Amino acid sequence: MRPLLAVDGLTKHFPLRGGLLNRTQAVVHAVDDVSFQVEAGETLGIVGESGCGKSTTARLLMHLVPLDRGTIAFDGKAIGAREALSRRGLHRQMQMVFQDSYASLNPRLPVATSIAFGPLVHGLAKSAALSRARDLLDAVGLDPLLFANRYPHELSGGQRQRINVARALALEPRLVILDEAVSALDKSIEAQVLNLLIDLKGRFDLTYVFISHDLNVVRFISNRVMVMYLGKVVEIGPVDPIYRKPKHPYTRALLSAMPSMDPSRRTMEAPLSGDPPNPINPPSGCRFRTRCAFAEAVCAEVVPALAMDDDGRAVACHMLTPGSGHSRA
Amino acid sequence: MPPIVSVEDLRVRFTTPDAVVHAVNGVSFELDAGRVLGILGESGSGKSVTLRALIGLLPPRRSHVEGRISVAGHDIVNMSDAELREVRGTKIAMIFQEPMTALDPVFTIGQQIAETIVRHEGVPRDAANRRALELLEMVQIPSAARRLKSYPHEMSGGMRQRAMIALALSCSPAVLLADEPTTALDVTVQIQIIVLLRQLQQELGMAVVFVTHDVGVAVEVADRIAVMYAGRFVETGPTDSVIRSPSHPYTAGLLASTVLGAAQGTRLEAIPGAPPDMTALPPGCSFAQRCRFADKRCIRDLPPEVALASDHMVRCLRVAAGEIPLARPKVAETVR
Repeated sequence: MRPLLAVDGLTKHFPLRGGLLNRTQAVVHAVDDVSFQVEAGETLGIVGESGCGKSTTARLLMHLVPLDRGTIAFDGKAIGAREALSRRGLHRQMQMVFQDSYASLNPRLPVATSIAFGPLVHGLAKSAALSRARDLLDAVGLDPLLFANRYPHELSGGQRQRINVARALALEPRLVILDEAVSALDKSIEAQVLNLLIDLKGRFDLTYVFISHDLNVVRFISNRVMVMYLGKVVEIGPVDPIYRKPKHPYTRALLSAMPSMDPSRRTMEAPLSGDPPNPINPPSGCRFRTRCAFAEAVCAEVVPALAMDDDGRAVACHMLTPGSGHSRA
Repeated sequence: MPPIVSVEDLRVRFTTPDAVVHAVNGVSFELDAGRVLGILGESGSGKSVTLRALIGLLPPRRSHVEGRISVAGHDIVNMSDAELREVRGTKIAMIFQEPMTALDPVFTIGQQIAETIVRHEGVPRDAANRRALELLEMVQIPSAARRLKSYPHEMSGGMRQRAMIALALSCSPAVLLADEPTTALDVTVQIQIIVLLRQLQQELGMAVVFVTHDVGVAVEVADRIAVMYAGRFVETGPTDSVIRSPSHPYTAGLLASTVLGAAQGTRLEAIPGAPPDMTALPPGCSFAQRCRFADKRCIRDLPPEVALASDHMVRCLRVAAGEIPLARPKVAETVR
């Protein structure tokens, strides 16, 4: 089956300019040669720490920032290339929900108008667009009679995020990218919005790319998970095998850094020391080697490739690649 | 030995031009020296306001504090600013969520720590500098001597948080207040700070009040947990019993709505609704509107604190009357 979204070799470097002639002083390697696929109907979770490139990946998928290299194909059609899907066509198929529910709504528009804005731009008549907005308010659990004419500042964070979800669905997309969409919400509200997302996915046949730093939430909502570190994919595969038996040393460290929920089994030692390095001039070879307990000479020289194993999982680590030159391989 | 912190019927309200916000509505607790209390609550529950009241940091003209707060024998509520300045740092200190805004951007870490020591202990500058170096080593900052000369913006998030802990501990306080110190950090850095704080707390025998919204963080650090809702402690008890057998419907709901261990793709048991408006609190239990067990009494009467065990307290009329079967949630599966 053809994947709904196929990403190949996605790369984005941000030059940092400055100095006398505004020359490039350094380069932020935000996303480097990232490839993955999303099947129709699944939820792909993307996890990683700050600076790992998960949000840049989302913005590249939406073409909110131009990519340097790589291809993105939606339902077999390349995006950006000739005779391919136009940007406008893309945005009918793919929409995004952001973390900051307030900043992503126009403060001067009543929420129903915000929701109807997309359909209007895409050629729907005003009355039809507003009626769709009301239906969507209802779908996200907000009574249209009470909420349609309210402004964003009159709503709570959870209600605003429901509006953002409704707006993302207004063009009837097939894929929704949720970039830390529940991260700013309190736990009891987060659970309500997660339930809503699960309901909507079934009701509208959606596919999700769910980006979060919260490993528990990603485990709960995703079918597959992609772990990123400093702009690279280190491990990708079905969620349960990865959470039960992570193979990449970074995935292992990340999962064991989660606070224990059992008072009798507290974490006695932090699995990693130091902060994630800066994505400006990242380490050569494997980018995790500076914090990895198993790093050897080969890790500094050769960039490990993502190698697929039998259970549908791919890991980028020399230790798991026979003949890589690592003593544990 | 008397408790190092004792709070009796603390009430804090803020006056704004439009309304009066009742942020804290009758909080009482005692904390023994060398123990860790975790205050768990969602945004607006009054947990940070409680913490600021303990160190006298609430804005005097806009806030009104009632009740009694005693820290190491000092009456915090009725102290003058000058007296408070003496107590802060030496008896009680605080660390914050955002070290970037808590530290002074125009002085180096070393200068800030040394200034505090000189100010409180009156020692010469070079002795203070030596102490600053020891403190940075104590919080495990690599190449501490070089880092003394760093400005806050030159350090990473985790390093800044360590520097702020060093600053807070510079005059060996008996009580440390921690206001979500790990919330802004990545998971792999968060666990380092948690392990460090726990280690320092045990070595120095400090009492710690740790405020967080994250159940996992509270479990990692606290001996006792107080669950806060709408400005009141609704359940207090040893960490183990609060987590394994939550008694208040809010605590049970909060634990059930954290996704840990929930079957993938199933609906979560979310608590319906949203927290009450703190400018117009209901007369009865403030959780009643969201509680599936609430009846008429809950809406009318304010539930008093009831002891379930000698060290486990709950504020719920129906639990007190034995009318709610206490939930025994499965102990969450830990990923290792």
